[in-house]
Amino acid sequence: MSQNNGEEGSGDLSTNIEEPIDFVRLSLNEHVMIKMRQDRHICGILQSFDQHLNLIISDVVETINTSEIDPDSAEEIIHTTTREIPLLYVRGDSVVLVSKPNRNPN
Amino acid sequence: MLFFSFFKSLVGKQVIVEFKNDFMLTGTLHSVDQYLNMKVTDITVHNPEKYPYMISVKNAFIRGSVIRYVHLPVDSVDTQLLQDATRKEILQNRQQKKTEAQV
Repeated sequence: MSQNNGEEGSGDLSTNIEEPIDFVRLSLNEHVMIKMRQDRHICGILQSFDQHLNLIISDVVETINTSEIDPDSAEEIIHTTTREIPLLYVRGDSVVLVSKPNRNPN
Repeated sequence: MLFFSFFKSLVGKQVIVEFKNDFMLTGTLHSVDQYLNMKVTDITVHNPEKYPYMISVKNAFIRGSVIRYVHLPVDSVDTQLLQDATRKEILQNRQQKKTEAQV
């Protein structure tokens, strides 16, 4: 079945969304928020990606959330650490989701 | 193939490789393969007190799957070129999937 039907979408190169990965393509050169494994997330400008969700992001702020239980008071203490990295390659197997950042109105 | 080509263009540059077990090292990128396995030379470990057994190691072969991040040198990357190459790659993948579906 090599006939092209009338609504062959590949002619329109710009914002034709056919599969989920095309949503990521819309965010190229935009700020994104990447949720990753081990309670990490990353904000930055998306420069490149592939089908494995390997990413290259610039102006990265990485946030790591760790939860500790204080042995005496048995309280759960949540620590947040941040790091800034100017240009970062992220391997796709750590990526959980890709989204637009939550712009804090404050 | 995009990231394979990208890393090939970075051979000879200094990078920081961060592993999934939080181990970090700095080295010169010597080579890369299709799985994004990497060989780095002249390595320095970021936490030598924690990883003393790496003191004498000069070169390393790193399996691609254990890498979490690679910190890249800002000036060795043309972001505009990268974005254009990414768009092309996604469209190529999409067309490839179409031709495979037709078979």
